Amino acid sequence: MNVHEFQAKQLFAKFGVPVPRGKEITSPEEATAWANELNTSVFVVKAQIHAGGRGKAGGVKITKDKGAVAGLAKELIGKTLITHQTGPKGRKVHRLLLEEGANIAKELYLSILVDRDTGWPTFIASTEGGMEIEEVAEKTPEKIIKEAIDPAVGFQGHNGRNVAFALGLQAMEAAVINPFVQMLGNLYRLFMEKHAALVEINPLIITKEKTLVALDGKVSFDDNGIFKHEDVQKMRDLNEEDPLEIEATANNLNYVKLDGNIGCMVNGAGLAMATMDVIKLAGSEPANFLDVGGGATKETVAAGFRILLKDPNVKGIFINIFGGIVRCERIAHGVIEAAKEVKITVPLVVRLQGTNADEGRKLLAASGLTLEVADDLWEAAQKIVKLTGKAA
Amino acid sequence: MSILVNKNTRVVVQGITGKEGSFHATQCKAYGTKVVAGVTPGKAGQEVEGIPVFNTVADAVKKTDCDTSLIFVPPPFCADAILEAADAGVKLIICITEGIPVNDMVKVKRALHGRDVRLIGPNCPGVITVDEAKIGIMPGFIHKRGVVGVVSRSGTLTYEAVHQLSTLGLGETTCVGIGGDPVNGTGFVDVLPLFEKDPETQAVVMIGEIGGDAEEKAAEYIQKHVKKPVISFIAGITAPPGRRMGHAGAIISGGKGTATEKMKALEAAGVRVVKNPAEIGHAVKAALGR
Ligand SMILES: Nc1ncnc2c1ncn2[C@@H]1O[C@H](COP(=O)(O)OP(=O)(O)OP(=O)(O)O)[C@@H](O)[C@H]1O
Ligand SMILES: [Mg+2]
Repeated sequence: MNVHEFQAKQLFAKFGVPVPRGKEITSPEEATAWANELNTSVFVVKAQIHAGGRGKAGGVKITKDKGAVAGLAKELIGKTLITHQTGPKGRKVHRLLLEEGANIAKELYLSILVDRDTGWPTFIASTEGGMEIEEVAEKTPEKIIKEAIDPAVGFQGHNGRNVAFALGLQAMEAAVINPFVQMLGNLYRLFMEKHAALVEINPLIITKEKTLVALDGKVSFDDNGIFKHEDVQKMRDLNEEDPLEIEATANNLNYVKLDGNIGCMVNGAGLAMATMDVIKLAGSEPANFLDVGGGATKETVAAGFRILLKDPNVKGIFINIFGGIVRCERIAHGVIEAAKEVKITVPLVVRLQGTNADEGRKLLAASGLTLEVADDLWEAAQKIVKLTGKAA
Repeated sequence: MSILVNKNTRVVVQGITGKEGSFHATQCKAYGTKVVAGVTPGKAGQEVEGIPVFNTVADAVKKTDCDTSLIFVPPPFCADAILEAADAGVKLIICITEGIPVNDMVKVKRALHGRDVRLIGPNCPGVITVDEAKIGIMPGFIHKRGVVGVVSRSGTLTYEAVHQLSTLGLGETTCVGIGGDPVNGTGFVDVLPLFEKDPETQAVVMIGEIGGDAEEKAAEYIQKHVKKPVISFIAGITAPPGRRMGHAGAIISGGKGTATEKMKALEAAGVRVVKNPAEIGHAVKAALGR
């Protein structure tokens, strides 16, 4: 789960990581009120969306004029920002962060996440903050500093010093070395305690006043760890999620909307991805990823149908179930029952394999529903592609 | 021969009195697996389908000589359960539970490091040595004893591959589900050498998916150490790069992790990569010259 910059910064403050004074606002009136209270020489108005690259896309406005803040807020609220991370449709801005401006002397990059390779939490740092850090990693990998933290003992001072000296903080601004080491320790604590999946600060700045400030904050949480943290659960912003994906989650379905025409419903994530791949090989494109999980029932199948059919791009549906613990005749019953409740307006191909597949296929064939039954994966994919008007 | 588990493997099921635990303990036993004990704290003295229940894994080991644990404990308590099994001296831990927080697994993996114990999973279907022992949730009947070793990050996709191998008459030796979580106990590179050494295994099917660099590591290992034919499918070539927020994921994986990258690495290592998941069985058949 992702959260907004203003929420990330609230967490930073709680864990002793310095951030600019700032507040979430949702209207020009609130902006004026908070600008009066902030009483600073430079005001920064920042669009809050779950995507990076806002600066380049015009989502970060800086002004010295207190009177201009309300106007900037008005301009940004309701605007759709298109950044390199939002996709071409962009994202509508519903809330802003209004904070004090900082005197930037130097912009650094800092993040922490688990390195899948080693299984250790790992800091990544670079002197090339603020810029496209992926580009830095690709073109000048020597400018990327990595420091793995041994989870058995947790963060140690030397971990912080290793990063500080490798960044060249000594020459840059020796006064920030100790605060920097402390900050890394605090970030490690935040990362582990709150079950974060990623904490990223870009830029982390050294100010002209020789202090460190986290000027941006991106935090995402491990979905499997959220149940432990009520404060994190409250940070969820449904505006930032696809409505169909929200409905899917509520029905215990794992759904991701894509851009193709063939809706698919599959049990298991790996098989669901393989089903998408096979649709593509057969000459079309999947409309979604949908994993109905190990305990597919009539209700989950019906919910799946409803979600798939709400996507106007869907021109055909492909159900691919490999029965294991889930028995195919149950799935067949589920499809038949669900088809009574949900009017299926597009061609449907059902492929059943595994436990009681024969029985399931017979039930479907005798049901009177307009659908095609298949037992082989490739045969099924070709059928649905053909039915939706594209031949392989 | 086979790898990891066989007809002599003695299994303890942690979480045996739960819905999942009792159902699958019964299924495993019916397959012929020696399920000798179960553990649920506070329920010692009970029985599940004739399997004695103990309060602790240590008790189960003492009384039944179990050497392998199968875990169905819910996610919040699962890290604890894995460590309990390791401390009790169980040598192979197979964790089925889905949804364990990554940072819990970070600590578990570190704690098991350097110890004489192997963890498989979490979030996996388990391990089956055909006609000897089923220690997991896979449907036993789709398997057929044969010559192909299977190692996979996915569940139902593995069943799909197994079904093809069985239908074509090739059959399997052992199938190992290593699970799809970002931090897990056993990787492809741990299982490949076991298949390479197993005299009965003539070919290996390796099923990967997008994310991480386990497949790239496997490619490197195969190039150097594996002489048996390896056939691979990587799921997710059509998956979108995912809505990213930060940048760190892309940096740490250094451009690896896409299906195309993985396929390229595997092909360069001499692996037969199939693009169509319906073709896995046929590709194995061709590789074995059958
Ligand atoms: N409080 C502030 N004071 C001064 N300058 C700021 C402030 N906040 C942001 N900036 C400037 O705006 C730039 C862009 O802001 P920020 O990094 O928060 O958003 P972003 O463009 O979405 O970042 P990314 O591309 O890393 O996701 C910063 O690099 C910094 O130069
Ligand atoms: Mg930034």
